Amino acid sequence: MVLLPYFLLGGMFGAVIVEAEVVSWFRIQEMFRFDAFHMYGVIGSAVLTAAISLLAIERLGIRGRGGEPLGLAPKTLGTGVRYVAGGAMFGLGWALTGACPGPLVALVGAGTPVMLVAILSALAGTWTYGMLRPRLPH
Amino acid sequence: MGSARLRAYNVAMSYPFTHPLAWYVAGPLIGLTVPALLLLGNKPFGISSSFRHLCAAVAPCRIEFFSHDWKRLGLWNLAFLSGIFAGAVAASRLAPAPVVTMSSHTAAALHQLGLHDLTGLAPREVFAWASLLTLKGFTSMVIGGFLVGFGAAYAGGCTSGHAISGLADRQLASLLAVCGFFAGGLAGTHLLLPMVLR
Repeated sequence: MVLLPYFLLGGMFGAVIVEAEVVSWFRIQEMFRFDAFHMYGVIGSAVLTAAISLLAIERLGIRGRGGEPLGLAPKTLGTGVRYVAGGAMFGLGWALTGACPGPLVALVGAGTPVMLVAILSALAGTWTYGMLRPRLPH
Repeated sequence: MGSARLRAYNVAMSYPFTHPLAWYVAGPLIGLTVPALLLLGNKPFGISSSFRHLCAAVAPCRIEFFSHDWKRLGLWNLAFLSGIFAGAVAASRLAPAPVVTMSSHTAAALHQLGLHDLTGLAPREVFAWASLLTLKGFTSMVIGGFLVGFGAAYAGGCTSGHAISGLADRQLASLLAVCGFFAGGLAGTHLLLPMVLR
């Protein structure tokens, strides 16, 4: 697999989230305190752009190199417990670290190397979930 | 070009490059990551999958969740993640250091919680090696990081997978997850942080 395009796309994403201060702990505080529009504007316009793009791909019938239709796999809803409970845990962590996974990595690059601890801890969290998965409600 | 049009052109060309990058520039660029990944190789935009692939690479320990072929499924995720790191390094070197000018309400609330240095991308009084074993430092970095990793894996996605791709694809599961993100985030900000920071 040719990895360079993914690296470059990641690079653009990383540069944008640093320059738009999406990686800032203070911007996340503003968001959860409903004190500024900035983060809502970023996420809202990102969702809108992605939604229009997905519709365009579907309507134009754009296909992959192997002729397969392009699109996202539907997520199994189940009881929905995993989304609400897992989501709430994630949100708590988002408020505490002031960063979600992409920004955690970007922050290490943008001059907050101590965030490496949060990344290692996040890996430990993912690993612990993997271990407990058979016993958790989904 | 008429002078009015020239002025409009100058405003349009200079404003997006102020700090922070305007939301209406940043948001669409982030959103375009979704179709770009689909067009590149029918890949779903989602960053927390990288954590799962890294666990599978480093310590699979015969756990079923980590027994997938991470090299086949996850190398592109890890290339994207490395790109985020490189892009962040480049942006913070090439563009002027961001001075976050936040809402005065937030600044006042943070002052009240005992934070004095509100410069940089994260409060230095909390996010420093020396604070790692204090209550606020340990809770913010170690416990916060653990919850991010555990919660994203449990919910099957993070901000990129659920809040951006999932909502854009009108998936009910993602809407539930985003409600969870906000419930947790509000509880963390308004109930937990005041206890931890003070």
